[in-house]
Amino acid sequence: MPFDETYDVVVAGGGNAALCAAITAARAGRSVIVLEAAPAFYRGGNTRHTRNLRCAHDGSAPTMTGPYDPAEFLDDLYRVTGGETDKALAQLTIARSHELIPWMNKQGVLFQPPLGGTLSLGKTNAFFLGGGRGMLNALYRQAEALGVVCLNDAPVTALTIEDGFFTAATIQYQGQPRQVRGHTFVAAAGGFEANIEWLKQHWGDAADNFLIRGTPYNRGDVLRMLLDNGVMPVGDPTQCHAVAIDARAPKFDGGIATRLDSVVFGIMVNRNAQRFYDEGEETWPKRYAIWGRLIAQQPDQIGYSIVDSQSIHMFMPSIFPAVQASTIGELAGKLQLNAAALEKTVADFNTAVRPGTFDHTVLDDCATSGLAIPKSHWARKLDKPPYYAYPLRPGITFTYLGVRVNEESRMVLANGKTAANMFAAGEIMAGNVLGKGYLAGIGMTIGAVFGRIAGEGAAKHARN
Amino acid sequence: MPVTETQRAGALVEADRLMTICNACRYCEGLCAVFPAMEMRRTFADADLNYLSHLCHQCGACYTDCQYSPPHEFNVNVPAALAKVRNDSYAHYAWPRAFAPAFARNGLTITLLTAASVAGFIVGFVALRDPALLFSPNAGDFYKVMPHNAMVALFGAVFLYAIAALAVGLRAFWRDINGSADAQAIGQATGDAAHLRYLGGGGGGCTSESEKPSARRRIFHHFTFYGFLFCFAATSVATVYHYGFGWRAPYTLASLPVLLGIVGGLGLLVGPAGLFVLARKRDAVLVDTQRQGMDTAFIAMLFLTSLSGFALMLWRDSGAMGILLALHLGVVLGLFLSLPYGKFVHGLYRYLALVKYARDKRTAAFVE
Repeated sequence: MPFDETYDVVVAGGGNAALCAAITAARAGRSVIVLEAAPAFYRGGNTRHTRNLRCAHDGSAPTMTGPYDPAEFLDDLYRVTGGETDKALAQLTIARSHELIPWMNKQGVLFQPPLGGTLSLGKTNAFFLGGGRGMLNALYRQAEALGVVCLNDAPVTALTIEDGFFTAATIQYQGQPRQVRGHTFVAAAGGFEANIEWLKQHWGDAADNFLIRGTPYNRGDVLRMLLDNGVMPVGDPTQCHAVAIDARAPKFDGGIATRLDSVVFGIMVNRNAQRFYDEGEETWPKRYAIWGRLIAQQPDQIGYSIVDSQSIHMFMPSIFPAVQASTIGELAGKLQLNAAALEKTVADFNTAVRPGTFDHTVLDDCATSGLAIPKSHWARKLDKPPYYAYPLRPGITFTYLGVRVNEESRMVLANGKTAANMFAAGEIMAGNVLGKGYLAGIGMTIGAVFGRIAGEGAAKHARN
Repeated sequence: MPVTETQRAGALVEADRLMTICNACRYCEGLCAVFPAMEMRRTFADADLNYLSHLCHQCGACYTDCQYSPPHEFNVNVPAALAKVRNDSYAHYAWPRAFAPAFARNGLTITLLTAASVAGFIVGFVALRDPALLFSPNAGDFYKVMPHNAMVALFGAVFLYAIAALAVGLRAFWRDINGSADAQAIGQATGDAAHLRYLGGGGGGCTSESEKPSARRRIFHHFTFYGFLFCFAATSVATVYHYGFGWRAPYTLASLPVLLGIVGGLGLLVGPAGLFVLARKRDAVLVDTQRQGMDTAFIAMLFLTSLSGFALMLWRDSGAMGILLALHLGVVLGLFLSLPYGKFVHGLYRYLALVKYARDKRTAAFVE
């Protein structure tokens, strides 16, 4: 039975960070158990929806264009976080990110060159062949080959921690509570983005209308237990990363295929058929991340992106068909919006559009004038029927609240001391590095770098 | 179970649904040719899906890598969906149309056809030649039992028919998918087919026996395919010997036709046997379970062709030669007759799809 022995390393979570920690500790000869809350198919938390990791490199990686200099990486991180990052940990992340491709290759993870719509990330990001689930499958195969005990359907329900010292985790397994004893603990169990009740503490009933892009198992239970056991928090507890996704997406686990990038090509209205923000403010990827929050602030947390036939093929195809109509009034009817209000919004917008040269790849000179809420780029009249609409809702990707760690990935307690045998890696501590905003692939980088550091630290501690 | 019109439409409907999901995700674009070809489109007509289905080598990598495979509510299973479309398309393009139902009960059809062929040879030998010859040692001289000209006439006619029937079907497919070709595309596709490039899951291998990728299926397919080519070469060389030089069979063990035949025959024993075993171990979720009989029938025919050929070679000087010859010729005739109506066609359709893909990719032909 897996519950008879005391493991050198007990890992809570089963995604990228958890597996990197488990593999590292197992390679150092330690006995390791991985406790994943989700069933086998849903294992790995947000990792199963990822696609790449960001890494500094000298340009010699066969699947990447490059090079990506550490200083440039740091600049990018500072830009998106507005400086809300622990500089030492940020530098550590970047310094060790360059080891990740060869290390992952050694574990059986394959990479591919970016293709099609992702060419712009070819310099900075290494793409997993087949995406995050392919990468995760390879890591699990490696971990199991190294003798790591990997349990699915094994949520941690309690942690036995005394004065910042871990002795055991309680899990619910095959219908009964089980004790898993360990010499060290690695928390790599993600954030609380799927925990609607927790989200409601800060967002109120609006959170009922949020869609969760990952699995329902990202509940933040381990994070909650650690904070309740005196571990120092990091990151804004109210904040989450939200993008605009198709409102028809499933409540949980819609992943990448539900995102839509149609907003900049037309107008965005709320339930009252009113525009509420400059659709032409920013280029990808920044615009990608602002619309989730903007829609969350609208009545019923819903928005409608409206485009016409000249734009319908200019963005990535959608998983759901657009709502289509030959007039704006008819479109309003199909969307159950006030037809007169929508017609007026579109007419006002069309009147305000100034001539310009449309180019969606740059901040072009197509803008409106005279509107209270302008559209500052890519503004073209909506006058080429048929008209199309996509309903959009906030899609929650991850949360920023986490546990404070030091450069050994060791948890820092609320009293300022470092925990003797508790480490954290991945989204549960990503707030140390990414206090705000988002940078494509940074989550996997933080997970893999701190997963390895936590695995090294736990292996070392368990030996002593 | 026979495949009805409604199921056929259903296969296309499902493939269309999946391609729409995959086209919004695109995580699998590094695995094979299916996904980059898909990305050149925004909508998927029947011909597009038929084309994509033939690009799929059913390695299974996109299933195990997929974040939306079952039990996810999107229920994405591209290998199985495209297998159904592909198998439907064989019947759809088959010529003449009257023979299309052969694909629905392929295992049974080919078994009956082969049994009838074997019986036909035995009856023919007895009726048209001296019955005693059938059981007497003939010093390895097949032509005593069946004259060379009769063999050439029969197999030549059947072979020409098979080529004609295949050509009509392939031409319909090529027109339907709006195929275009040039020397470079043909070169690329030939290389991709020869290496079975896309039976490799983009480098991870084929998830044939378990979720752990392995090269086994590709290796056994190589045995089968190159075994087939060697046997074809053996027959071709023997034909040249006969008509070009007047050297009549039987040939010695060290002769080129026999050596080529032995190498090819071994390939056709090892390859089909391996593929058969792997197919039994394969996760049923990845395949078109209703029509696995087609795969089994084809590899069984190749295996039996080789086995009966070896038996004939070993015992050609004995009294069993007549029966063994009837068996071997019957199996080969069954194989030839079923070429346009069995799994053999997969290689030809796939090759054309690869040519189109190579050409479209280079010319970046985006289909609105």
